[in-house]
Order: sequence, then C-alpha cells, then structure tokens
Amino acid sequence: MKNHVYENRKYVLAGIALVIVLCYIIRLAFLQLSDEEYKSRANDNAFFNNVIFPARGVIYDRNGELLVFNQPAYDIMVIMREVKNLDTLDFCQTIGITQQQFDERMALIKDRNKNPGYSTYTQQLFMPQISAQEYGVFQEKLFRFHGFYIRERTIRRYATDHCAHILGDVAEVSQTEVERDDYYDPGDYIGKQGVERSYETELRGVKGVQILLRDAHGRIQGHYRNGAQDRKPIPGKNLTLSIDAKLQALGERLMEGKMGAIVAIEPKTGEILCMVSAPSYDPHRMEGKQRSTQMMEMQRDPMKPMLNRAISGTYPPGSTFKTSQGLTFLQEGIITSSTAYPCYRGFVTKGMRVGCHGHGSPLPLIPAIATSCNGYFCWGLYHMLNNRKNYKNIQEAMTTWKDYMVSMGFGYKLGVDLPGEVRGMIPNADYYDRRLGQWNALGVISIAIGQGEVTLTPLQIANLGATIANRGYYITPHIVKRIEGGHIADSLLVKHKTKVEKQYYDMVVEGMRKAVIGGTCRSANTSMYEVCGKTGTAQNRGKDHSAFMGFAPKDNPKIAIAVYVENGGFGATFGVPIGALMMEQFINGKLSPASEARASSFQSRHIDYGTRER
Amino acid sequence: MTEQEQGSKGIFLSIDWMTIMLYVILIVWGWFSVCGACYDFNNPDLFSWETNSGKQIVWGGTSLVLAAVLMLIEKRFYDTAAYVIYGAMMLLLAVTIVIAPDTKGSRSWLPLGSSVKIQPAEFAKFAVALALGKLMDQYGFSIRKTKDIGIAIGMIFLPMLLIIAQKETGSALVYFAFFLMLYREGMTGSLLFTGFACVVYFVVGMKFSEDYIIDMPVSIGEFTVLLLAMIFTIGMVWVYCKNLRAVKLMAYTCFGGTLLAMLFSIYAIPFNVCYVMLGLCILMICYLIVLALYNRLIRYAMITLFAIMSTSFFYITDTLFEHLDDHQRIRIEVLLGMKDDPRGAGYNVNQAKIAIGSGGLFGKGFLNGTQTKLRYVPEQHTDFIFCTVGEEEGFIGSAGVLIVYLLFIWRLIALAERQTDTMGRVYGYCVLCIFLFHLFINVGMVLGLTPVIGIPLPFFSYGGSSLWGFTLLLFIFLRMDAERNLKRQ
Repeated sequence: MKNHVYENRKYVLAGIALVIVLCYIIRLAFLQLSDEEYKSRANDNAFFNNVIFPARGVIYDRNGELLVFNQPAYDIMVIMREVKNLDTLDFCQTIGITQQQFDERMALIKDRNKNPGYSTYTQQLFMPQISAQEYGVFQEKLFRFHGFYIRERTIRRYATDHCAHILGDVAEVSQTEVERDDYYDPGDYIGKQGVERSYETELRGVKGVQILLRDAHGRIQGHYRNGAQDRKPIPGKNLTLSIDAKLQALGERLMEGKMGAIVAIEPKTGEILCMVSAPSYDPHRMEGKQRSTQMMEMQRDPMKPMLNRAISGTYPPGSTFKTSQGLTFLQEGIITSSTAYPCYRGFVTKGMRVGCHGHGSPLPLIPAIATSCNGYFCWGLYHMLNNRKNYKNIQEAMTTWKDYMVSMGFGYKLGVDLPGEVRGMIPNADYYDRRLGQWNALGVISIAIGQGEVTLTPLQIANLGATIANRGYYITPHIVKRIEGGHIADSLLVKHKTKVEKQYYDMVVEGMRKAVIGGTCRSANTSMYEVCGKTGTAQNRGKDHSAFMGFAPKDNPKIAIAVYVENGGFGATFGVPIGALMMEQFINGKLSPASEARASSFQSRHIDYGTRER
Repeated sequence: MTEQEQGSKGIFLSIDWMTIMLYVILIVWGWFSVCGACYDFNNPDLFSWETNSGKQIVWGGTSLVLAAVLMLIEKRFYDTAAYVIYGAMMLLLAVTIVIAPDTKGSRSWLPLGSSVKIQPAEFAKFAVALALGKLMDQYGFSIRKTKDIGIAIGMIFLPMLLIIAQKETGSALVYFAFFLMLYREGMTGSLLFTGFACVVYFVVGMKFSEDYIIDMPVSIGEFTVLLLAMIFTIGMVWVYCKNLRAVKLMAYTCFGGTLLAMLFSIYAIPFNVCYVMLGLCILMICYLIVLALYNRLIRYAMITLFAIMSTSFFYITDTLFEHLDDHQRIRIEVLLGMKDDPRGAGYNVNQAKIAIGSGGLFGKGFLNGTQTKLRYVPEQHTDFIFCTVGEEEGFIGSAGVLIVYLLFIWRLIALAERQTDTMGRVYGYCVLCIFLFHLFINVGMVLGLTPVIGIPLPFFSYGGSSLWGFTLLLFIFLRMDAERNLKRQ
C-alpha cells in the first residue's frame, strides 16, 4: 500500500541530507583550504626537533700539542610521573645533596612559572653536569631510582694550565646573543672570550636535528618519515694556534708575581708565538658549572687577572719607541746616519730639560740607539716639527709624523684575531689643537721618547720589533695558524709596508745590535745567535715600567719580542733578561742549565704592587 | 519446494547491489581510517590482533557474515516477531542498567568474556524500527489520530529513557531521528518546524546575547530572536491558514513598527528597540487569539501557542542558562564560540579542527597524519574518526566520504519509497534517518558545528558493536527490499 499523499515529503528529506552535506563540505573547504594557521599549529603540536650538538673543535698549539678538548658530562634528568617508591635518603647521599635541597629542586621543577615547559611526561633537568665519578656511583644505583635518567653532554676541558687569556672559555649564551644570531637557542654554549669567541663560528660546527613526533603528553613516539628529513651534525673545525705552548709556559712562569705582558711574533709570518698576560689564571677554573663563581671571584680581584694586558692594556712604550723615531727622521731627511746631536745629561733648550744618563756627546744615530740617548731623539723631533722647508706649519709636520706612526701599526687596532684589542694612542695635530690651543715642538717633545700622550699595547711593541726584523713591513699578527678544513681570514695575511725604506731599517738594526753588544741590553748578548734589542724604561706615576723590545737572530729573524713589566724599574732589570730567556727557549727549543737557573730566580722575583685599585 | 527455489532465486536477483557496494566502500574506507587513527609506532603491523586496526578487520569480516545470514531471514519472521524483539530489547536495556559495570560514568557496556564488550543501545534501534513498522502497518492506523501517534511516540521514548538511565545521553538523542520518519509518514510538518525554530532561537539568542548593535543599546541576540519570531509566525499564518489579509496586516504592523522604532533610535533618542518589538509581538498574539476565536480554527490556536513560545523563548532560556551547572554552561558557550578555552572544554573540538585543517587539499597521505596518530585528538578512532580522514586524505577525501554518504542515504530513500507495504517503508525510513542523524551530529561535532555528543560515525568509527548494529539495521531492510516483488506473486 503506497502512501501517495505524503510521497513528496521524500524530497524534503533528501533535501535535508543534501543541505547538511553541502554545509559540511563548505565548512571543510573553509578549514582545509583557506586557513594555513591550522597547519602550523599542527606542526607545533606534533614535531619535536631534537637538536644534536656537534662536537666543538679542539685546539692545538703550533707543535700539535693538545690544549683544549671535550669531555662528556652527565645531567641527571627526571620524569616526574615515573618517580615511584624513591628512597630519598639513599638518592640524596648518592649524589651528595641534602633532603632539603632535594625538596627545593623538585618544587622548582614543578613550578610552572619558573619552568614553563614542565610536563610530568617528559624529562626535566634535575641536576646539571655531575662528574664522571659521581656518574659512576649514580649509574650503579640508577635501577633503584625509578624515573631518573642520565643525559650526556660535553663540557670544555683544558689540557694545559696556561694560555687562559688566549684560549678563552665557553658558557651559556646570553639573551642578547640568542636574539642577534638565529643559530642559538637558550641553553646553547658559545665562546665568551679568547679564541673560543673569535673563532666561534669555526669551532661550533653545525647543529644537527632529528625530527621526532611527540604525542599530546609530550612523549616521543618515533621519527618523522623515518628520519628522512633529519640532519646530521657537522663537527666543529679543529684549530692549530701559532702559540708555542712551551714558550708560553716559560713566559707565564717568568711573569709570576709581576704585572705586565710578553708578546712574541714570528716576523716572517706575523704568527704570535706567545702572548703572556700577567697576572693570569688557570684555565681549569672556567670548566663546567663552577665557571660563574670563579669568574665573579676574579672580576673582584684588584689585580684584574681576567684582563688580557697584551692586547687590552696600553702603556707608554718608553725608549723602545725611539727606534720608530730614528726611522721617521731618516726617511724624512731630518737626519742622516752621520747627523749628531749633543746631549749633556739630557735635552736642554729654552728652559726645557729632558734628562738623560751619562754617555759620550755629541753622538750620531747608531750609538744614540745603543745608549738610548733621550737628547738625540728629542732634538730629532724638535727639528722635524720646526722644519718649515718641508712642512708649512707644525700641524702639517705633526700629521706627517702621525702618518709614519700609523704605518708602523700604532694608534689603531692591528686586527689580531682575538677579542678585546684596543688601539692605544698616537696624538695628532688635531688632538693638540684641541688640548693645548697654541702649541709648539717643546710642549710635545716627550712623545719622541715614548712618553707623554703616546701609549701602545704590548702587541704593538712586539709588532714594532717584527717590523724592524723584517726591515720595513709586518704581517697582521694572528694567533691561529691553521683551521682544519678551512683557511684563516685573508685580512690576517696582509703584508703592511711602513713608510720607511729598508736602508734606514738597516741602520736602526745596527743600533739595536750595538745596544746588545755594548749598550743597554748587554745582558741579552749570547754567542749562540745575534740578538738585536732595545730597552725601555717608561716613567709613570709609580715606579718606572721595565720594557724590552727585540728580535733574533739579526739575519733571518725567527722571533720578535716585547716584554713589559709594570713597575719593574729599568728596562735592563726585568725586560732584557726575560726577553733573552724567551728568545733562547724559542730558538734553541730549551734553556741551557745556566739559563734555567736564571729563569728560576726571575720566577721567584715578585714585585709588590700593594693592594690599591688600578 | 519449487516455489521456494524460485523465491530464493528471485531474491538474489532483487538484492540491491548498489547499496551493498556503497556499504562495502564505506566499511573499507572506514578500515583505512581506523588504521590511520590507531597506528602505533611501536607496533606497525596493521593486521595484528593487538591493534585496533587488526580487530576492526575481524569486526568487518563478521559483519559480512552477519549480513549474509540476515539475507536468509524472511520478512515474515520480523512481521511476526517485531513486538517480541522490541520487548526483549527493552528488557535487555533495563537489565543493562543494573548489571553493566561502570565505564567512564556510563553503564551501557555488557562484558562478554574477557576482551569483548557489547553495547545493547546500538542494537535497540533496529528493534524500535521494526516495532514502529509493524505498528504503523496495522489496519486503521492513522498518524493523525492522537492515540495512534501517542503509541508511536511512546515506543520511541521508552528506549530513550532507558538509555538515558544508562548515562548514554548521546545514544539516546539518536532516537529523535525517528521523528523524521514520522514526518514522512504524515505527521504535521509544523512540529518539525517548531523544533527547528527552537534550535535557531537558542543558538542565535545565546551566541549574540552579549553583543550589541553599533551605537544602540540593543542586544543582537534578543533583537534577532524577536524578529525571527515575527517572521516565523507570520509565515505560518500564510502557509497554514492562507489568510492573506491577516498576513499583510501583521507584516505591515510588525515590520513597520520595528523599522520606525529603529529610525527613531538612530536619529532621535537611542533606546532599546526590543521593548517596542516585544510590544508588537504581544499585539500580534492578541490578534491571533481574536482570529482563533472568530474563525473557530484549531490552526490559529496552534499558531498562537507557537507565537507565545517564540516570544518568550529568549527570556526563558536566558534565565535557565543562568541556572545551569558551570561545566554544562561552559560546554554550550564553547560550542557557540562565545568562550575560547583551548585547554579545557574546547580542547577536543579545537584539536579536531587543527587535525582537519592541517590536511589541506590532498591530505598528508595514508598513515602520515601526525595529529590523530599522536593522540592530540581524543577518541580519535571512535567518535572523532573523521579527523583522521580530514588529516590524511584532505579535503578531497573528506568531501568524498560525505558525498558517498549522501548517495547512500539517497539510495535508501529510493529503496524505502519503492516498498510495497507500510512496514517496509517505515522501517526503511527509520534506517536512513538514523544514518542521517549520526552523520549530522558526528561530522558536525568534529567540524565544531554541532554539540559534542558521543555517537559514532557509521562504518567508520572503530568498534564491533556499532558496526554490527548498523549492519543489522541495514541488511534487515535490504532483505525486506529484496522481497518486495514476491508478495505480488
């Protein structure tokens, strides 16, 4: 029996079904086709990028001696949900904490305000970087501590007790570093000082990533597409420093109990052979979790052991600076090899007096360098600044002088591959115009002997030695000799020529040789090779600074060196003997027994600096 | 003997293979979705008994056996046993309340052995459908007779109450689907329309009750509900009473009055236009009462009741809403999009939307979905199975599923209409209305359009009970359909 009366209502029902399906298809189109937001939210939900850290590059000295390496460290992790029947007492004893510390730590982990990523299903950091011994004990008992796990990490370790300033250290990135460079995420490590910092991009390598799938509770369920899109980490590049670890060790030994710096450079290549800054510290202090407390302690130390004086300290170069003056005057034609100036215990004119010690007078350039005559170089600068044939006015003369100084690497950063280099000070005409208004040669004459406004870093003094050793040029001093699988920056290999010709350098070299044979640097003389040198005794508020700048051998020099000992007195007192020992160590590879004895005596000669803030 | 052979041969030829084909497509498609939803990274074997996908194969296979067996049971059996089956099922439902163990607050699952559980509520639908078919096939039954319709509605409400007592409100709501069948059989459409109007009033009224028309102290929700009340009432007078004069009078008064009030509010003194509209509605109701008394027609009285209900609906629900439990109110608010609470009550729907939305046009590919596999979507293999389709098969796949369903339902309408007796037709409509209701609620809740009511998507959702239940429902009807030509002989 057909129900014809209401048969048309089948269309109503069919229509309802059609409308429902159409509505849902429109809704689907809206959700799936128009809105990308859901896609990214789905990815945020489900993908967990497990970062795999590459091994940081290790660091060697120039002879292949290992200086810095990586060591596994162990973090204790906890999954709260799995912690059951824990023998808290045993646990605390095993890792050496108190019950109270345990409770505090657990409370901190559970506090979502301080630990926003907290989930009872995922590993939470309970205690970072336990030592290998602690790890051993903990590992044995781990089966009893349900819910606790070990996560391996690497920490930076030092194979040497030296080179703290050069090597630098690593620590967790700061917030600003994270913002500046996309590479970093909070909690990553970054080089903070020294080579670790300047070669960060080479050393760090490239992080790898495993794309894992994570469920609604944060538990890992497997690899996305079986790891097809995972990236392997690329290990960091190993560095070979130009530093000679033995020479560095000797330098640090000789500088014990003193403040100052020693910098040695291989003149031909610009490679820095040693860079001692005293006082120094044991790089082991920067290892692992103790770093922040150690650092705080050192920052409070009035001796400022963290400061790398070799590149961040500026000092009056004193008489070592005279060599640069002689070269300038020769090139500018102010003097010739035979020009002699009088010096009767000093430079005396128009009521002006710069003192000097006793020596023959008048004398020409070579003996003036050998005896470190103040009068000679003051006269030289006096004549240069007052020469109106070559220069229109004193400003032009001063600018010319400054250009010579800059060409020798003074007044600007040399561009060494270490962080924290400063530029020192070479005054120019502008500076004096502003400072003094009306000024004349006599008012600025002390710059001729490396006093007054002139300041240099120990690195710049050593670089002056290298320039003279090379007879007229220097290669940018640098500390990294080789990058494994890479090459060092071209800017570090540039040859900088000074404005002075080689023939004039030969004269200055002669003067420095004379200084060693029969002048101020006699104690550096040796029969083994020809040493050239120049002392410096820089006046300052306290006791004079003791300085030495030299190179050896005279022909085909292997090492150029600067020694600077704060408040060490005459250049000959500390500077020359320390410089001599360093050159012997490098050229011979070892010290003779007699030199060894001398080294020990210098090691124990400490200078009392008092406790004043400097 | 020969007659019987002829009969079974004829039956085989009369089976509607098209429906069976759609049924098989849906089951196989559903199995792939269950695979996607249940894929376990530690146990990637899709056919293992340990996994839900493996079990679903067993459920599917047994369903086919069940289907074959059902094709052998003659219609005469159902005709005879309809009331007995109905009575037995009601008894089973009642017993279940007492003996079923408590699972997540509901007492609807009967354990059979150690690992298999069945849900009697899934099987009760076919019993109700059969009983309704039998009832309405009786000589002299008229849906217009209050007594007859009363019995029919009682038959529907009894299992609903029993299932609500099992704390399975979602499954109970499915029985509202039978009202669609009653509509087809001649129940007045105004009843259906009134239900529809209530839903619209509620959704619009609640959702926009706190929003205001720009520059006017008028709640959009209140304004819209009152406007709809006017439109619906006037429309009913037009459709059911054909009184054009009254329609014109009411329309001009109500809409004109509202428009004037709005203009006054905009250009003169801003005030709440709803007061005027409320007054106009009351005026309209009074006019309808006059019409009812004058014409002596029950229709006017019914429309008057409708108008009163419509006008007061917003104020009544608003008051009721204030007195709801917090968690119920939040659920409703989240559904209506009034509250954004992605971690709490809205979590399921929000994650479902993310899963579907991330599928894009073509989806992520079979077993490549991340959201469903990683259990971001709760109940992903049962009630929220459509998420997996959306994520792994994209817009193409999910729209495809919907279209196959539409074809399936249309086909069932055609089959129901070609039945030669009332029982077959009523039963057929019961079946298709149940499918339609499941589709409407299940897909709607996954898409965030209907409330989250825990009912499965037929043939897709994981589970033996629901798959068997739907197979039972469908194949009894297919057997009836296959017999449609036999009676004439």
